[in-house]
Amino acid sequence: MFVINCPFCGEREHSEFKAGGEAHIVRPKQPTELSDDEWAEYLFMRKNIKGIQFERWNHAHGCRKWFNMVRDTSNDEIKAVYKMGEKPPIK
Amino acid sequence: MKNKYSIFSLIKNAFSYHENWGKAWKDPAPKKEYDAVIIGGGGHGLATAYYLAKKHNMKNIAVVEKGWIGGGNTGRNTTIIRSNYLWDASAGLYDHALKIWEGLSQELNYNVMFSQRGVMNLAHNLQDVRDLKRRTHANRLNGIDAVYLNTQEVKKFCPIINTSPDIRYPVLGGTLQRRAGTARHDAVAWGYARGADEMGVDIIQNCEVKAIKRNGNNVEGIETTKGYIKTNKIGVVAAGHSSVLANMAGLKLPLESKPLQALVSEPVKPIIDTVVMSNAVHAYVSQSDKGELVIGAGTDDYVSYSQKGSHDIVEGTLNAILELYPIFSRMRMLRQWGGIVDICPDASPIISKTSVEGLYFNCGWGTGGFKATPGSGDLFAHTIANDEPHKLNAAFNINRFVSGDLVDEHGAAAVAH
Repeated sequence: MFVINCPFCGEREHSEFKAGGEAHIVRPKQPTELSDDEWAEYLFMRKNIKGIQFERWNHAHGCRKWFNMVRDTSNDEIKAVYKMGEKPPIK
Repeated sequence: MKNKYSIFSLIKNAFSYHENWGKAWKDPAPKKEYDAVIIGGGGHGLATAYYLAKKHNMKNIAVVEKGWIGGGNTGRNTTIIRSNYLWDASAGLYDHALKIWEGLSQELNYNVMFSQRGVMNLAHNLQDVRDLKRRTHANRLNGIDAVYLNTQEVKKFCPIINTSPDIRYPVLGGTLQRRAGTARHDAVAWGYARGADEMGVDIIQNCEVKAIKRNGNNVEGIETTKGYIKTNKIGVVAAGHSSVLANMAGLKLPLESKPLQALVSEPVKPIIDTVVMSNAVHAYVSQSDKGELVIGAGTDDYVSYSQKGSHDIVEGTLNAILELYPIFSRMRMLRQWGGIVDICPDASPIISKTSVEGLYFNCGWGTGGFKATPGSGDLFAHTIANDEPHKLNAAFNINRFVSGDLVDEHGAAAVAH
Protein backbone atom coordinates (compact mmCIF):
# COMPACT_ATOMS: atom_id res chain seq x y z
CA MET A 1 0.00 0.00 0.00
CA PHE A 2 1.38 3.35 -0.97
CA VAL A 3 0.18 6.93 -1.48
CA ILE A 4 0.26 8.36 -5.01
CA ASN A 5 0.51 12.07 -5.72
CA CYS A 6 -1.91 12.50 -8.63
CA PRO A 7 -0.70 15.49 -10.71
CA PHE A 8 -4.31 16.71 -10.86
CA CYS A 9 -5.79 15.81 -7.43
CA GLY A 10 -2.84 15.55 -5.04
CA GLU A 11 -2.08 12.73 -2.64
CA ARG A 12 -4.54 9.83 -2.66
CA GLU A 13 -4.43 6.21 -1.60
CA HIS A 14 -3.06 3.75 -4.13
CA SER A 15 -6.34 1.80 -4.17
CA GLU A 16 -7.95 4.70 -6.09
CA PHE A 17 -5.57 4.10 -9.00
CA LYS A 18 -5.19 1.56 -11.78
CA ALA A 19 -1.78 0.62 -13.14
CA GLY A 20 -1.46 0.84 -16.91
CA GLY A 21 1.87 -0.87 -17.51
CA GLU A 22 5.11 0.27 -19.11
CA ALA A 23 5.14 3.87 -20.36
CA HIS A 24 6.59 5.39 -23.52
CA ILE A 25 5.75 2.49 -25.81
CA VAL A 26 5.03 4.36 -29.02
CA ARG A 27 2.30 3.06 -31.31
CA PRO A 28 3.83 2.22 -34.69
CA LYS A 29 3.35 5.01 -37.25
CA GLN A 30 2.86 2.56 -40.14
CA PRO A 31 1.14 -0.52 -38.66
CA THR A 32 0.59 -2.07 -42.09
CA GLU A 33 4.33 -2.20 -42.70
CA LEU A 34 5.22 -3.96 -39.44
CA SER A 35 6.76 -7.43 -39.48
CA ASP A 36 5.49 -10.14 -37.11
CA ASP A 37 8.58 -9.63 -34.94
CA GLU A 38 7.91 -5.92 -34.66
CA TRP A 39 4.26 -6.55 -33.75
CA ALA A 40 5.36 -9.02 -31.04
CA GLU A 41 7.79 -6.44 -29.70
CA TYR A 42 5.11 -3.74 -29.60
CA LEU A 43 2.26 -5.88 -28.24
CA PHE A 44 3.88 -8.34 -25.87
CA MET A 45 7.55 -7.76 -25.04
CA ARG A 46 8.08 -5.78 -21.83
CA LYS A 47 11.16 -4.50 -20.01
CA ASN A 48 9.66 -5.65 -16.66
CA ILE A 49 12.49 -3.93 -14.84
CA LYS A 50 13.59 -4.66 -11.28
CA GLY A 51 14.56 -1.15 -10.25
CA ILE A 52 13.63 2.20 -11.78
CA GLN A 53 10.69 1.73 -14.13
CA PHE A 54 8.66 4.27 -16.13
CA GLU A 55 4.95 3.45 -16.18
CA ARG A 56 1.45 4.74 -16.85
CA TRP A 57 -1.20 5.07 -14.16
CA ASN A 58 -4.86 6.09 -14.22
CA HIS A 59 -6.69 7.80 -11.35
CA ALA A 60 -9.60 5.41 -11.96
CA HIS A 61 -11.64 6.28 -8.86
CA GLY A 62 -10.81 9.99 -8.98
CA CYS A 63 -10.29 12.40 -11.87
CA ARG A 64 -9.91 9.42 -14.27
CA LYS A 65 -6.95 11.08 -15.95
CA TRP A 66 -3.85 9.24 -17.13
CA PHE A 67 -0.36 10.23 -16.04
CA ASN A 68 3.17 8.82 -15.85
CA MET A 69 5.17 7.66 -12.89
CA VAL A 70 8.79 6.75 -12.14
CA ARG A 71 8.85 3.98 -9.55
CA ASP A 72 11.43 1.67 -8.04
CA THR A 73 9.83 -1.75 -8.50
CA SER A 74 12.22 -3.37 -6.02
CA ASN A 75 10.67 -1.51 -3.07
CA ASP A 76 7.64 0.30 -4.58
CA GLU A 77 9.11 3.75 -3.83
CA ILE A 78 7.70 6.43 -6.13
CA LYS A 79 10.47 8.68 -7.49
CA ALA A 80 8.44 11.12 -9.58
CA VAL A 81 5.04 11.73 -11.15
CA TYR A 82 4.60 13.64 -14.41
CA LYS A 83 1.86 14.36 -16.93
CA MET A 84 1.28 12.60 -20.23
CA GLY A 85 3.38 14.10 -23.01
CA GLU A 86 5.97 15.48 -20.60
CA LYS A 87 9.58 14.33 -20.57
CA PRO A 88 10.50 12.11 -17.59
CA PRO A 89 12.09 14.23 -14.83
CA ILE A 90 14.57 11.43 -14.07
CA LYS A 91 16.68 9.52 -16.59
CA MET B 1 19.39 -45.05 -2.92
CA LYS B 2 21.96 -44.89 -0.14
CA ASN B 3 19.77 -43.54 2.62
CA LYS B 4 16.39 -44.98 1.70
CA TYR B 5 13.64 -43.78 3.99
CA SER B 6 11.50 -46.64 5.29
CA ILE B 7 9.73 -47.91 8.38
CA PHE B 8 13.02 -49.60 9.34
CA SER B 9 15.13 -46.45 9.04
CA LEU B 10 12.47 -44.67 11.09
CA ILE B 11 12.66 -47.29 13.87
CA LYS B 12 16.46 -47.36 13.74
CA ASN B 13 16.68 -43.58 14.08
CA ALA B 14 14.11 -43.55 16.87
CA PHE B 15 16.70 -45.30 19.08
CA SER B 16 19.00 -42.29 18.72
CA TYR B 17 16.13 -39.82 19.24
CA HIS B 18 16.17 -38.84 15.53
CA GLU B 19 19.40 -36.92 16.05
CA ASN B 20 21.54 -38.91 13.60
CA TRP B 21 19.65 -38.66 10.30
CA GLY B 22 22.08 -38.06 7.45
CA LYS B 23 21.95 -34.87 5.39
CA ALA B 24 19.42 -35.14 2.56
CA TRP B 25 21.71 -33.25 0.17
CA LYS B 26 25.28 -31.96 0.18
CA ASP B 27 26.43 -28.35 0.21
CA PRO B 28 29.12 -28.33 -2.49
CA ALA B 29 31.25 -25.46 -3.76
CA PRO B 30 30.72 -24.90 -7.49
CA LYS B 31 33.02 -26.71 -9.93
CA LYS B 32 34.74 -24.73 -12.69
CA GLU B 33 32.63 -26.27 -15.43
CA TYR B 34 29.34 -28.14 -15.87
CA ASP B 35 27.55 -29.75 -18.82
CA ALA B 36 24.47 -27.72 -17.86
CA VAL B 37 23.50 -25.22 -15.17
CA ILE B 38 19.95 -24.66 -13.96
CA ILE B 39 19.38 -21.17 -12.57
CA GLY B 40 16.73 -21.27 -9.85
CA GLY B 41 16.41 -23.82 -7.05
CA GLY B 42 12.65 -23.90 -6.70
CA GLY B 43 10.50 -26.94 -7.37
CA HIS B 44 10.62 -26.53 -11.16
CA GLY B 45 14.41 -26.04 -11.25
CA LEU B 46 15.15 -28.97 -8.94
CA ALA B 47 12.71 -31.19 -10.86
CA THR B 48 14.48 -30.20 -14.09
CA ALA B 49 17.84 -31.22 -12.64
CA TYR B 50 16.37 -34.46 -11.28
CA TYR B 51 14.97 -35.52 -14.68
CA LEU B 52 18.09 -34.39 -16.56
CA ALA B 53 20.11 -36.76 -14.38
CA LYS B 54 17.56 -39.55 -14.27
CA LYS B 55 16.15 -39.71 -17.79
CA HIS B 56 18.86 -38.05 -19.88
CA ASN B 57 21.95 -39.22 -17.99
CA MET B 58 23.29 -35.67 -17.58
CA LYS B 59 24.94 -35.89 -14.18
CA ASN B 60 27.66 -33.25 -14.38
CA ILE B 61 25.14 -30.48 -13.80
CA ALA B 62 24.37 -27.90 -11.12
CA VAL B 63 21.42 -25.97 -9.75
CA VAL B 64 22.34 -22.47 -8.58
CA GLU B 65 20.00 -20.69 -6.20
CA LYS B 66 20.42 -17.16 -4.88
CA GLY B 67 18.72 -17.92 -1.55
CA TRP B 68 17.81 -21.32 -0.16
CA ILE B 69 16.04 -24.03 -2.17
CA GLY B 70 12.27 -23.80 -2.22
CA GLY B 71 12.41 -20.36 -0.58
CA GLY B 72 10.71 -18.46 -3.41
CA ASN B 73 7.30 -19.14 -4.87
CA THR B 74 7.63 -22.87 -4.10
CA GLY B 75 7.30 -21.99 -0.43
CA ARG B 76 4.73 -19.24 -0.95
CA ASN B 77 1.93 -20.78 -3.00
CA THR B 78 -1.35 -22.33 -1.88
CA THR B 79 -0.33 -25.85 -3.10
CA ILE B 80 -3.33 -26.50 -5.33
CA ILE B 81 -2.90 -29.21 -7.97
CA ARG B 82 -5.39 -29.74 -10.81
CA SER B 83 -5.40 -30.19 -14.58
CA ASN B 84 -8.84 -28.94 -15.65
CA TYR B 85 -7.58 -26.47 -18.27
CA LEU B 86 -9.54 -25.62 -21.41
CA TRP B 87 -7.27 -26.05 -24.44
CA ASP B 88 -5.79 -29.34 -25.68
CA ALA B 89 -2.19 -28.12 -25.28
CA SER B 90 -2.79 -27.09 -21.65
CA ALA B 91 -4.73 -30.27 -20.86
CA GLY B 92 -1.77 -32.31 -22.12
CA LEU B 93 0.73 -30.27 -20.13
CA TYR B 94 -1.08 -30.12 -16.79
CA ASP B 95 -2.43 -33.68 -16.87
CA HIS B 96 1.09 -34.94 -17.63
CA ALA B 97 2.11 -33.27 -14.36
CA LEU B 98 -0.88 -34.65 -12.46
CA LYS B 99 -0.07 -38.19 -13.58
CA ILE B 100 3.50 -37.81 -12.25
CA TRP B 101 2.15 -36.38 -8.96
CA GLU B 102 0.13 -39.58 -8.48
CA GLY B 103 3.29 -41.68 -8.14
CA LEU B 104 5.76 -39.02 -6.98
CA SER B 105 6.12 -39.93 -3.30
CA GLN B 106 7.03 -43.51 -4.26
CA GLU B 107 9.38 -42.41 -7.03
CA LEU B 108 11.25 -39.93 -4.83
CA ASN B 109 11.08 -42.09 -1.68
CA TYR B 110 9.93 -38.86 -0.05
CA ASN B 111 6.42 -38.16 1.19
CA VAL B 112 5.18 -35.13 -0.76
CA MET B 113 1.81 -35.50 1.01
CA PHE B 114 -0.10 -35.48 -2.26
CA SER B 115 -3.76 -35.51 -1.28
CA GLN B 116 -6.39 -35.99 -3.99
CA ARG B 117 -9.13 -34.26 -2.05
CA GLY B 118 -10.75 -32.75 -5.14
CA VAL B 119 -10.89 -29.18 -6.41
CA MET B 120 -14.22 -27.45 -6.93
CA ASN B 121 -14.56 -24.29 -9.05
CA LEU B 122 -17.71 -22.26 -8.38
CA ALA B 123 -19.96 -20.41 -10.85
CA HIS B 124 -21.64 -17.20 -9.71
CA ASN B 125 -23.32 -15.90 -12.85
CA LEU B 126 -24.74 -17.27 -16.10
CA GLN B 127 -21.54 -16.70 -18.03
CA ASP B 128 -19.59 -18.63 -15.36
CA VAL B 129 -22.08 -21.48 -15.74
CA ARG B 130 -21.63 -21.56 -19.53
CA ASP B 131 -17.83 -21.29 -19.30
CA LEU B 132 -17.51 -23.99 -16.66
CA LYS B 133 -19.84 -26.37 -18.53
CA ARG B 134 -17.83 -25.81 -21.68
CA ARG B 135 -14.61 -26.46 -19.78
CA THR B 136 -16.06 -29.64 -18.23
CA HIS B 137 -16.88 -30.98 -21.70
CA ALA B 138 -13.47 -29.97 -23.05
CA ASN B 139 -11.77 -31.71 -20.11
CA ARG B 140 -13.69 -34.93 -20.64
CA LEU B 141 -12.84 -34.97 -24.36
CA ASN B 142 -9.20 -34.78 -23.29
CA GLY B 143 -9.57 -37.65 -20.83
CA ILE B 144 -9.48 -35.43 -17.75
CA ASP B 145 -12.01 -36.23 -15.04
CA ALA B 146 -14.51 -33.41 -14.57
CA VAL B 147 -18.12 -33.17 -13.50
CA TYR B 148 -20.51 -30.25 -13.38
CA LEU B 149 -22.44 -29.82 -10.12
CA ASN B 150 -25.66 -27.89 -9.56
CA THR B 151 -26.16 -25.75 -6.45
CA GLN B 152 -27.55 -28.62 -4.34
CA GLU B 153 -24.67 -30.87 -5.35
CA VAL B 154 -22.17 -28.14 -4.47
CA LYS B 155 -23.80 -27.84 -1.03
CA LYS B 156 -23.70 -31.60 -0.57
CA PHE B 157 -20.01 -31.79 -1.52
CA CYS B 158 -19.00 -28.90 0.72
CA PRO B 159 -21.76 -28.22 3.31
CA ILE B 160 -20.23 -25.06 4.81
CA ILE B 161 -20.69 -23.04 1.60
CA ASN B 162 -23.47 -20.48 1.79
CA THR B 163 -25.71 -21.40 -1.17
CA SER B 164 -28.50 -19.00 -0.23
CA PRO B 165 -29.91 -17.32 -3.37
CA ASP B 166 -29.88 -13.89 -1.74
CA ILE B 167 -26.12 -13.42 -1.25
CA ARG B 168 -24.43 -10.84 -3.47
CA TYR B 169 -22.98 -13.44 -5.86
CA PRO B 170 -25.08 -16.61 -5.38
CA VAL B 171 -23.58 -20.03 -6.10
CA LEU B 172 -25.21 -21.26 -9.33
CA GLY B 173 -23.11 -24.40 -9.69
CA GLY B 174 -19.56 -25.57 -10.01
CA THR B 175 -17.14 -28.06 -11.49
CA LEU B 176 -15.35 -30.79 -9.63
CA GLN B 177 -12.12 -32.55 -10.49
CA ARG B 178 -11.79 -35.41 -8.01
CA ARG B 179 -8.20 -36.33 -8.97
CA ALA B 180 -7.10 -32.81 -8.11
CA GLY B 181 -5.94 -31.77 -4.65
CA THR B 182 -2.95 -30.43 -2.76
CA ALA B 183 0.62 -31.42 -1.82
CA ARG B 184 3.19 -30.27 0.69
CA HIS B 185 5.13 -27.57 -1.17
CA ASP B 186 8.44 -27.76 0.75
CA ALA B 187 8.52 -31.54 0.48
CA VAL B 188 8.40 -31.32 -3.31
CA ALA B 189 11.52 -29.14 -3.41
CA TRP B 190 13.29 -31.23 -0.78
CA GLY B 191 12.33 -34.55 -2.37
CA TYR B 192 13.62 -33.50 -5.81
CA ALA B 193 16.76 -31.96 -4.25
CA ARG B 194 17.52 -35.19 -2.40
CA GLY B 195 16.89 -37.28 -5.51
CA ALA B 196 19.04 -35.05 -7.74
CA ASP B 197 21.85 -34.85 -5.18
CA GLU B 198 21.87 -38.65 -4.92
CA MET B 199 22.55 -38.86 -8.67
CA GLY B 200 25.47 -36.41 -8.45
CA VAL B 201 23.81 -33.05 -9.18
CA ASP B 202 25.44 -30.12 -7.33
CA ILE B 203 22.86 -27.98 -5.52
CA ILE B 204 24.55 -24.67 -4.81
CA GLN B 205 22.64 -22.34 -2.49
CA ASN B 206 23.35 -18.69 -1.64
CA CYS B 207 24.78 -18.30 -5.14
CA GLU B 208 23.30 -15.41 -7.09
CA VAL B 209 23.83 -15.13 -10.83
CA LYS B 210 25.24 -11.71 -11.73
CA ALA B 211 25.82 -12.09 -15.47
CA ILE B 212 25.26 -14.52 -18.32
CA LYS B 213 28.27 -14.61 -20.64
CA ARG B 214 27.71 -15.00 -24.36
CA ASN B 215 30.15 -15.76 -27.12
CA GLY B 216 28.35 -14.52 -30.20
CA ASN B 217 25.09 -16.43 -30.29
CA ASN B 218 26.17 -19.12 -27.78
CA VAL B 219 26.21 -19.05 -24.01
CA GLU B 220 29.56 -19.84 -22.42
CA GLY B 221 29.09 -19.37 -18.69
CA ILE B 222 27.67 -17.47 -15.75
CA GLU B 223 29.22 -15.00 -13.34
CA THR B 224 27.98 -15.69 -9.81
CA THR B 225 28.61 -14.51 -6.25
CA LYS B 226 30.60 -17.75 -5.85
CA GLY B 227 32.75 -17.17 -8.94
CA TYR B 228 32.64 -17.92 -12.66
CA ILE B 229 31.06 -21.18 -13.86
CA LYS B 230 31.70 -22.37 -17.40
CA THR B 231 28.85 -24.12 -19.21
CA ASN B 232 27.31 -24.17 -22.66
CA LYS B 233 23.77 -25.06 -21.57
CA ILE B 234 21.80 -22.83 -19.23
CA GLY B 235 18.22 -23.48 -18.13
CA VAL B 236 16.62 -20.48 -16.47
CA VAL B 237 13.77 -21.28 -14.06
CA ALA B 238 13.64 -18.05 -12.08
CA ALA B 239 9.87 -17.36 -11.84
CA GLY B 240 9.34 -13.67 -10.98
CA HIS B 241 12.95 -12.80 -11.81
CA SER B 242 12.93 -14.35 -15.31
CA SER B 243 13.00 -10.94 -17.03
CA VAL B 244 16.02 -9.92 -14.94
CA LEU B 245 17.91 -13.03 -16.09
CA ALA B 246 16.75 -12.54 -19.69
CA ASN B 247 18.07 -9.00 -19.58
CA MET B 248 21.51 -10.37 -18.57
CA ALA B 249 21.55 -12.41 -21.78
CA GLY B 250 20.31 -9.50 -23.87
CA LEU B 251 16.80 -10.87 -24.37
CA LYS B 252 13.34 -9.47 -23.67
CA LEU B 253 10.40 -11.62 -22.54
CA PRO B 254 6.62 -11.07 -22.77
CA LEU B 255 6.32 -11.08 -18.98
CA GLU B 256 5.16 -8.80 -16.19
CA SER B 257 6.12 -9.62 -12.60
CA LYS B 258 3.42 -8.87 -10.07
CA PRO B 259 2.75 -9.54 -6.40
CA LEU B 260 0.35 -12.38 -5.56
CA GLN B 261 -0.75 -12.76 -1.97
CA ALA B 262 -1.91 -15.57 0.25
CA LEU B 263 -2.74 -15.93 3.91
CA VAL B 264 -3.34 -18.59 6.54
CA SER B 265 -5.57 -18.58 9.57
CA GLU B 266 -4.96 -19.91 13.04
CA PRO B 267 -5.22 -23.73 13.07
CA VAL B 268 -8.64 -25.24 13.74
CA LYS B 269 -10.18 -28.71 13.66
CA PRO B 270 -10.98 -30.20 10.21
CA ILE B 271 -13.78 -28.18 8.62
CA ILE B 272 -13.18 -28.23 4.87
CA ASP B 273 -11.94 -31.46 3.25
CA THR B 274 -11.55 -30.19 -0.30
CA VAL B 275 -10.29 -27.17 -2.23
CA VAL B 276 -12.87 -24.59 -3.30
CA MET B 277 -11.98 -21.92 -5.82
CA SER B 278 -14.11 -19.06 -6.95
CA ASN B 279 -12.86 -17.07 -9.89
CA ALA B 280 -15.61 -14.47 -10.07
CA VAL B 281 -15.47 -13.24 -6.47
CA HIS B 282 -11.82 -14.16 -6.21
CA ALA B 283 -11.48 -16.35 -3.17
CA TYR B 284 -10.11 -19.79 -2.78
CA VAL B 285 -9.65 -21.85 0.30
CA SER B 286 -8.42 -25.21 1.54
CA GLN B 287 -7.26 -26.51 4.90
CA SER B 288 -3.73 -27.67 5.62
CA ASP B 289 -2.93 -30.80 7.61
CA LYS B 290 -1.92 -28.50 10.47
CA GLY B 291 -5.49 -27.14 10.45
CA GLU B 292 -4.84 -23.68 9.04
CA LEU B 293 -7.18 -22.35 6.38
CA VAL B 294 -5.01 -21.59 3.35
CA ILE B 295 -6.50 -18.68 1.43
CA GLY B 296 -5.36 -17.37 -1.92
CA ALA B 297 -5.87 -13.74 -2.93
CA GLY B 298 -5.40 -12.02 -6.28
CA THR B 299 -2.54 -10.23 -7.99
CA ASP B 300 -1.90 -6.51 -7.85
CA ASP B 301 -2.05 -4.77 -11.21
CA TYR B 302 1.38 -3.11 -11.08
CA VAL B 303 4.87 -4.54 -11.64
CA SER B 304 6.70 -5.11 -8.38
CA TYR B 305 9.54 -7.26 -7.06
CA SER B 306 8.95 -6.27 -3.44
CA GLN B 307 7.20 -9.50 -2.35
CA LYS B 308 4.52 -7.32 -0.77
CA GLY B 309 1.02 -6.81 -2.10
CA SER B 310 -1.54 -4.17 -1.26
CA HIS B 311 -4.03 -4.37 1.56
CA ASP B 312 -7.18 -3.85 -0.48
CA ILE B 313 -6.52 -7.08 -2.41
CA VAL B 314 -6.54 -9.07 0.84
CA GLU B 315 -9.60 -7.18 2.07
CA GLY B 316 -11.53 -8.00 -1.12
CA THR B 317 -10.65 -11.68 -0.86
CA LEU B 318 -11.68 -11.90 2.79
CA ASN B 319 -14.98 -10.15 2.01
CA ALA B 320 -15.71 -12.87 -0.53
CA ILE B 321 -14.61 -15.64 1.86
CA LEU B 322 -16.97 -14.35 4.56
CA GLU B 323 -19.89 -14.10 2.16
CA LEU B 324 -19.38 -17.68 0.96
CA TYR B 325 -18.41 -19.16 4.36
CA PRO B 326 -20.17 -17.24 7.17
CA ILE B 327 -18.83 -19.90 9.57
CA PHE B 328 -15.36 -18.33 9.23
CA SER B 329 -16.48 -14.89 10.45
CA ARG B 330 -14.60 -15.13 13.74
CA MET B 331 -11.45 -16.81 12.39
CA ARG B 332 -8.24 -14.90 12.95
CA MET B 333 -5.62 -14.73 10.26
CA LEU B 334 -2.16 -15.75 11.37
CA ARG B 335 0.15 -14.82 8.52
CA GLN B 336 -0.04 -13.05 5.18
CA TRP B 337 2.66 -12.86 2.51
CA GLY B 338 3.34 -12.13 -1.13
CA GLY B 339 5.29 -13.79 -3.91
CA ILE B 340 6.31 -12.38 -7.28
CA VAL B 341 4.67 -14.15 -10.21
CA ASP B 342 5.71 -13.78 -13.85
CA ILE B 343 2.59 -13.46 -15.95
CA CYS B 344 2.38 -14.12 -19.70
CA PRO B 345 -0.16 -12.23 -21.83
CA ASP B 346 -2.03 -15.50 -22.50
CA ALA B 347 -1.76 -16.85 -18.93
CA SER B 348 0.17 -19.89 -20.20
CA PRO B 349 3.80 -20.74 -19.48
CA ILE B 350 6.90 -20.65 -21.68
CA ILE B 351 9.04 -23.84 -21.75
CA SER B 352 11.26 -23.10 -24.66
CA LYS B 353 14.52 -22.68 -26.50
CA THR B 354 15.48 -19.07 -27.18
CA SER B 355 17.20 -17.23 -30.01
CA VAL B 356 20.48 -17.74 -28.11
CA GLU B 357 22.09 -21.19 -28.54
CA GLY B 358 22.22 -23.16 -25.31
CA LEU B 359 19.91 -20.82 -23.43
CA TYR B 360 16.53 -22.18 -22.36
CA PHE B 361 13.72 -20.55 -20.41
CA ASN B 362 11.01 -22.09 -18.26
CA CYS B 363 8.89 -19.19 -17.06
CA GLY B 364 5.58 -17.39 -17.30
CA TRP B 365 3.77 -19.80 -14.97
CA GLY B 366 2.10 -16.78 -13.43
CA THR B 367 -0.27 -17.57 -10.60
CA GLY B 368 -0.43 -21.35 -11.05
CA GLY B 369 2.97 -22.97 -11.45
CA PHE B 370 3.09 -25.24 -8.42
CA LYS B 371 0.63 -27.78 -9.84
CA ALA B 372 2.85 -28.32 -12.87
CA THR B 373 6.15 -28.80 -10.99
CA PRO B 374 6.87 -32.46 -11.94
CA GLY B 375 5.64 -32.14 -15.53
CA SER B 376 7.43 -28.83 -16.04
CA GLY B 377 10.72 -30.32 -14.83
CA ASP B 378 10.30 -33.41 -16.98
CA LEU B 379 9.51 -31.48 -20.16
CA PHE B 380 12.12 -28.78 -19.58
CA ALA B 381 14.77 -31.47 -19.00
CA HIS B 382 13.75 -33.06 -22.31
CA THR B 383 14.00 -29.68 -24.07
CA ILE B 384 17.48 -28.97 -22.65
CA ALA B 385 18.87 -32.47 -23.23
CA ASN B 386 17.63 -32.80 -26.82
CA ASP B 387 17.76 -29.14 -27.79
CA GLU B 388 14.18 -29.48 -28.98
CA PRO B 389 10.83 -29.52 -27.18
CA HIS B 390 8.83 -32.60 -26.22
CA LYS B 391 5.50 -32.78 -28.08
CA LEU B 392 3.70 -31.81 -24.85
CA ASN B 393 5.51 -28.48 -24.52
CA ALA B 394 5.94 -27.67 -28.22
CA ALA B 395 2.97 -25.28 -28.08
CA PHE B 396 4.52 -23.42 -25.15
CA ASN B 397 7.40 -21.99 -27.17
CA ILE B 398 8.45 -18.37 -26.97
CA ASN B 399 7.78 -17.88 -30.67
CA ARG B 400 4.01 -18.05 -30.16
CA PHE B 401 4.04 -14.33 -29.33
CA VAL B 402 5.36 -13.69 -32.85
CA SER B 403 3.20 -16.24 -34.69
CA GLY B 404 0.07 -15.34 -32.72
CA ASP B 405 -0.61 -18.98 -31.83
CA LEU B 406 -1.42 -18.17 -28.20
CA VAL B 407 -2.81 -20.59 -25.60
CA ASP B 408 -5.37 -18.38 -23.89
CA GLU B 409 -6.03 -19.82 -20.44
CA HIS B 410 -7.25 -16.73 -18.59
CA GLY B 411 -10.47 -18.58 -17.73
CA ALA B 412 -8.85 -21.69 -16.33
CA ALA B 413 -5.99 -19.86 -14.63
CA ALA B 414 -8.54 -19.03 -11.91
CA VAL B 415 -6.70 -16.01 -10.56
CA ALA B 416 -7.95 -12.86 -12.21
CA HIS B 417 -5.16 -10.81 -13.76
